Amino acid sequence: MLLKILPIATILIIMLPLLSGIINGIFCQYLTRKQSGFIASIALVITALLAILVFYCIGINQQIVHFTLIEWLKIGTLKVNWAIYVDSLTAIMFIVVSWVSAIVHIYSLGYMAEDEHLPKFLSFLSFFTFFMLSLVSADNFLQLFFGWEGVGFCSYLLIGFWYKKELANKAAIKAFIVNRVADFAFILGIITIIIYFGSADFTSVFAKAKGLSQVKFGYSYSVVDITCLLLFIGCMGKSAQIGLHVWLPDAMEGPTPVSALIHAATMVTAGVFLLARCSFLFEYSPYVLQLIAIIGGITCLFAATIAITQSDIKKIIAYSTCSQLGYMFLACGVSAYNSAIFHLVTHAFFKALLFLSAGSVIHACHEQNIFKMGGLKDKLPITYSNFLIGSLALIGIYPLAGFYSKDLILESAYNAGSVVGNIVFVLGIITALLTAIYSMKIIMLVFHGKTRLDKNIFDHVHETNIMNIPLSILVAGSFFAGMIGYYLLSIDKPNGYFFHSIFSIHAYQRLIHHLPLYIKLLPIIIGIIGIIIGVYLYRKVKQTAEIGIIERILRNKYYFDEIYDYLVVRSVNILSKLLNFFDQNIIDRFGPGGFAKITNYWGYLVTRTQTGYIFNYTLYVVLFMVICITFFVGSFIIGCKV
Amino acid sequence: MIITIEHYLILSSLIFTIGMMGLFMHRKNVITILMSIELMLLAVNINFAAFSTHAGELSGQIFSIINLTIAAAETSIGLAILLVYFRNKNSIEVSDINQMKG
Repeated sequence: MLLKILPIATILIIMLPLLSGIINGIFCQYLTRKQSGFIASIALVITALLAILVFYCIGINQQIVHFTLIEWLKIGTLKVNWAIYVDSLTAIMFIVVSWVSAIVHIYSLGYMAEDEHLPKFLSFLSFFTFFMLSLVSADNFLQLFFGWEGVGFCSYLLIGFWYKKELANKAAIKAFIVNRVADFAFILGIITIIIYFGSADFTSVFAKAKGLSQVKFGYSYSVVDITCLLLFIGCMGKSAQIGLHVWLPDAMEGPTPVSALIHAATMVTAGVFLLARCSFLFEYSPYVLQLIAIIGGITCLFAATIAITQSDIKKIIAYSTCSQLGYMFLACGVSAYNSAIFHLVTHAFFKALLFLSAGSVIHACHEQNIFKMGGLKDKLPITYSNFLIGSLALIGIYPLAGFYSKDLILESAYNAGSVVGNIVFVLGIITALLTAIYSMKIIMLVFHGKTRLDKNIFDHVHETNIMNIPLSILVAGSFFAGMIGYYLLSIDKPNGYFFHSIFSIHAYQRLIHHLPLYIKLLPIIIGIIGIIIGVYLYRKVKQTAEIGIIERILRNKYYFDEIYDYLVVRSVNILSKLLNFFDQNIIDRFGPGGFAKITNYWGYLVTRTQTGYIFNYTLYVVLFMVICITFFVGSFIIGCKV
Repeated sequence: MIITIEHYLILSSLIFTIGMMGLFMHRKNVITILMSIELMLLAVNINFAAFSTHAGELSGQIFSIINLTIAAAETSIGLAILLVYFRNKNSIEVSDINQMKG
């Protein structure tokens, strides 16, 4: 019975957010806040419940639901269908996306209560959810790209939601443009796939991967290498890896629920999802896998070092997200896609929890600089405990969710046995230490110590129920997601949960290795050391004016923005000025402008004949008659002669 | 000296040219323009009469009579317009009539 309603359930999961988005979008002028909030939250809650049903049937029973909705494109031999493909990977993404999204929808009702554009906001959020769900349920690259671009577009709308803030607008444009760079590579990757694999469907592409890994593209790289590299660059942009990460911290200009949903839990993990989905492809490209591991390792350390020196609560969490995404890429790079997705899921829960708690703090005291807060522990007890749980999960303390997934990633890195694996293992361990330190920094500076807020504001700080209730689900997720994944679904085993949907060449070899106990315990020991260091460092607020050169570099985020400004933005500006000059002075002058001028000039000449004097007009009449008569008589004479 | 049809034609074309020149060379007053038009019509009449005699049939002369009546009618209308114009503008200078610009 359940199997029969599964297709309907999956369609509903994808279409309900779309419906909510359309209704709220079209009628945003007429709906009151309560009505639109009701519509959106009901739609999203139903979606979330259905997602559990689908997860139960597909994930637990290891089935695949695959059916075509409509035919989309048919060009030559290329056929692309609009289909729904739900396997264990998609099912777990359904859970993450729909639950976090539903929670964020409900949370926004409280957070955005004073905003007059709430229906519009909910509409954007719902559209985002729709695009994300259609991204993860795609069965071919083009449909995936549709969702990919859709979430990028919604992210643009939501970052710039407070369009009156200049910074928000700039951040939105920055996010869009940086993503465009990556998406360009992604499009090239899709084109390569269509040309060489002859199809865009996942199944047929993956079936040909092994054969095409032998076909050379140039000297030493195979077709699969090139394709994987291009796809990976696309993933780097969406998942904010080093080099293309610059948009993520700036995206924090948007409302906090948006940061929680899009820039922590779901959209930025699309890159990791794509890597896992294409594991059948990436496995045949060891070069690119090494690159992914290195990039991931560097990103996670790099972002963590920046996070330590920032003072904006949202920026710290944003860099933390960047760092955790680095972990996921690192895991993909050592072929541990299952651990990457596992970390994706647990991270979605605790990072959304952290962001939404941070949102509660910001909502309560209208301040984002942690050096100006402090002492909020007694004023916001629930938020404090939520934040603490989220942070401990992030640090990876037993038995919270982060412990299992992070441990698994580091173990896989160690287990890989290669040089790259060892390097990224060390990077990951250092990052674990830094993670603990910056998490403690936030907690110590925001919730402990004496308050540095104005007395007026501090006295009015209070919690809002509608914002706290949905967070309890995230708390539960942060608690149990790790245990459920590890013990019930046995995600870490190659024949476990992801048996069908993720492929790894070396998976079975790795089981032979046995890890020494100290490696297993290292992450949690490092985490506890980090907590102690963090508490010790930030027990008091230091007022140091002098900062060393390293800290200056870190505070300025390794000068990435400045370098890009110098290298990219300026040269583009110069180029556009040149093009503008060319356009104005050459194309316009001789093209449309020239024609307009000539016509004008002739028109002017003709108007000069209209003097208004009768004798001029008579002259024209007579001249015309003379010409006519000459012509007719002349032709008559010529006709006679012939 | 025998007066042939060529003499008539030369005379009529001379008169016609004088009339035409008067039409657009003279810029002083409208009455002379009307007179010039009359001259051109008369030149045509001379042509009609000359050809009628030359060909030995009457239709040309009948045409010239009709022409004369039409010329009279035309002149009267012209003069009427002129009168109204003079009442409005207090002048019949041709160079003052320059409001027909597009």
